[in-house]
Amino acid sequence: MSLKNTLCAATALTLVTATGAMAADPTATITIATVNNGDMIRMQGYTDQFTAETGIAVDWVTLEENVLRQRVTTDITTKGGQFDVMTIGMYETPIWGANDWLVPLNDLSAEYDVDDILPAMRNGLSHDGTLYAAPFYGESSMVMYRTDLMEAAGLDMPKDPTWQFIREAAAAMDDPANDVNGICLRGKAGWGEGGAFITVTGNSFGARWFDEDWNAQFDQPEWSDALNFYVNLMNDYGPEGYATNGFNENLSLFNQGKCGMWIDATVAASFVTGDDSTVKDSVGFALAPNAEGIEKRSNWLWAWALAIPAGTQQEAEAKTFIEWATSKAYIELVAANEGWANVPPGARTSLYENPEYLKVPFAQMTLDSINAADPNNPSVQPVPYVGIQFVAIPEYAGMATEVSQEFSAAYAGQQTVEEALEKAQAITNDTMEAAGYR
Amino acid sequence: MARMTSTRRKIITTAVAWAIGLVIFFPIFWTILTSFKTEAQAINDPPLFFNFDWTLENYISVQERSDYLRFLWNSVAIAGGSTLLGTLIAIPAAWSMAFVPSVRTKDILLWMLSTKMLPAVGVLYPISLIFVQFNLLDTKLGLIVVLMLINLPIIVWMLYTYFREIPGEILEAARMDGAKLRQELFYVLTPMAIPGIASTLLLNFILAWNEAFWTLNLTAAKAAPLTAFIASYSSPEGLFFAKLSAASTMAIAPILILGWFSQKQLVRGLTFGAVK
Repeated sequence: MSLKNTLCAATALTLVTATGAMAADPTATITIATVNNGDMIRMQGYTDQFTAETGIAVDWVTLEENVLRQRVTTDITTKGGQFDVMTIGMYETPIWGANDWLVPLNDLSAEYDVDDILPAMRNGLSHDGTLYAAPFYGESSMVMYRTDLMEAAGLDMPKDPTWQFIREAAAAMDDPANDVNGICLRGKAGWGEGGAFITVTGNSFGARWFDEDWNAQFDQPEWSDALNFYVNLMNDYGPEGYATNGFNENLSLFNQGKCGMWIDATVAASFVTGDDSTVKDSVGFALAPNAEGIEKRSNWLWAWALAIPAGTQQEAEAKTFIEWATSKAYIELVAANEGWANVPPGARTSLYENPEYLKVPFAQMTLDSINAADPNNPSVQPVPYVGIQFVAIPEYAGMATEVSQEFSAAYAGQQTVEEALEKAQAITNDTMEAAGYR
Repeated sequence: MARMTSTRRKIITTAVAWAIGLVIFFPIFWTILTSFKTEAQAINDPPLFFNFDWTLENYISVQERSDYLRFLWNSVAIAGGSTLLGTLIAIPAAWSMAFVPSVRTKDILLWMLSTKMLPAVGVLYPISLIFVQFNLLDTKLGLIVVLMLINLPIIVWMLYTYFREIPGEILEAARMDGAKLRQELFYVLTPMAIPGIASTLLLNFILAWNEAFWTLNLTAAKAAPLTAFIASYSSPEGLFFAKLSAASTMAIAPILILGWFSQKQLVRGLTFGAVK
């Protein structure tokens, strides 16, 4: 075919396709924006069942996490009305709820049993006592460790280890000759990646982001202790290039048997004990550690939850979907088809009262970790904010990303810990001043 | 002696060109290779090159979960529509700048190019509000217009460069023979600039095909093109590299094939007028 003919064919194809854009939509179709997590993908697989039960069709829009945040924020603030349901986290929910950007979920049916939602999740997804998003799955963080390496090292992992024990165990399991790192932790820049991890580590050393007058606290000794401990631990026993490792990179390392320990989201438990893991039969779990003498542990609290943007034209249909997807019946549906280890964890109390589910090796530790997290009191020192691995204010995401970039530069050896803390202090105070908190 | 030096230089140049080509192509090759691995094989360390059990399960899984053809259709429509619309507007614009320039033509050309220097996110809200106002969100039409406007400076610049190589006397002769403006443009100028126009079309089609800011931010379920298809396989919690690679391979395959078959025109057009 000559170039001229090719261009003519392309023109015709384009015009026909563009005309097709005007096609009308079915009336009972809701659009749901979500992230590409395993449990969310599984939920999409049951869409036909939901449609059969309710007569409501579903269009899925799956996006990368940060794109999803940007996309739904733009959609809400411009009243775009593109989405009827969206997956958001514990950081956005109270902020957006306070702005009246979300439809309150205060009239869910009695059958739904809203009181069955784990209290920690319910509180984290509420503003002024009103629930604005229903948890699809919840998570905390915990220690995942290799039981075989721990045994070979002659150590016993306590249920509630301290950071000092973690360092001792990392030293004992570290085996560079066999390509095993004593410990793998997040170092990647980003408020939800390495930023989340170092914030909870700070909490467990008694540090806090702000004092009660919103003054940054990175110049305090607790932050210096926490950051120096982390950097020394990772430099001594962590993988090379840990400054760029996030959840997925560490999951990859752990599944290939290259980590003695990994402290991260409880939802990872099903991955490290799944078929893709080469160490699935030798994984143990423990609570996230704390520094000796500090009551707060380094475990976070997070939920991926379903919310309805204010302004949707299909509020009733959206609520029907949320009730279905976060119900006890949905959990039973997944359990019946794919086993209890694959149900969305961390959202409902009744799940942890089910003897069948409690047989799953990480079930109890996940619940204990979630229960150990207190978003209202993340540090042993008083704070003016809510949130454990984040501070639930709109300015946090941008500011914490900058701070975590400075910390990552320190992990990579591009600057000292002291320099990183100095810059973090300046970034945070400048932001808070500009935003009118100070 | 001179011939030997020339041969040696030729060999070195060829080797260097191949090396650079392989380096540039390696990420695409690796993506294609990974798409035939299992998720566990995809993250294997040391990486597996050819010594693994090849599987099509990722392609099957991607096709089961996503309606690939719908995304492909949207990409064709958006990239094709914006390129054609842009070219229709750019041909008269480039003609006037090349053959009847004013004292401000150079400034206008530079100003047009300067609009490419603004980060897209800087106008996200204004564009979004316009889309809401005119009901253009999640429509192909809206994206065709936006991508056309984004690529228009490049189309005008490229066509202007090609048109400048065409002697003005030929157009003058056509006018003396009684050709009207429309005839001059479409029956005299355009046929002479076909290689340039073709390469402009192809390059802008590729740019529009790969555009991943507006296509992600202004679409939802109906008009989402292949960029959204790829983005839907990126996961914050979970290793889906093999599936992501399969989705990426499916997304780049059409444009790779188009580029392969049209490479002669593309190179000819890009070097058109480079050597006098």
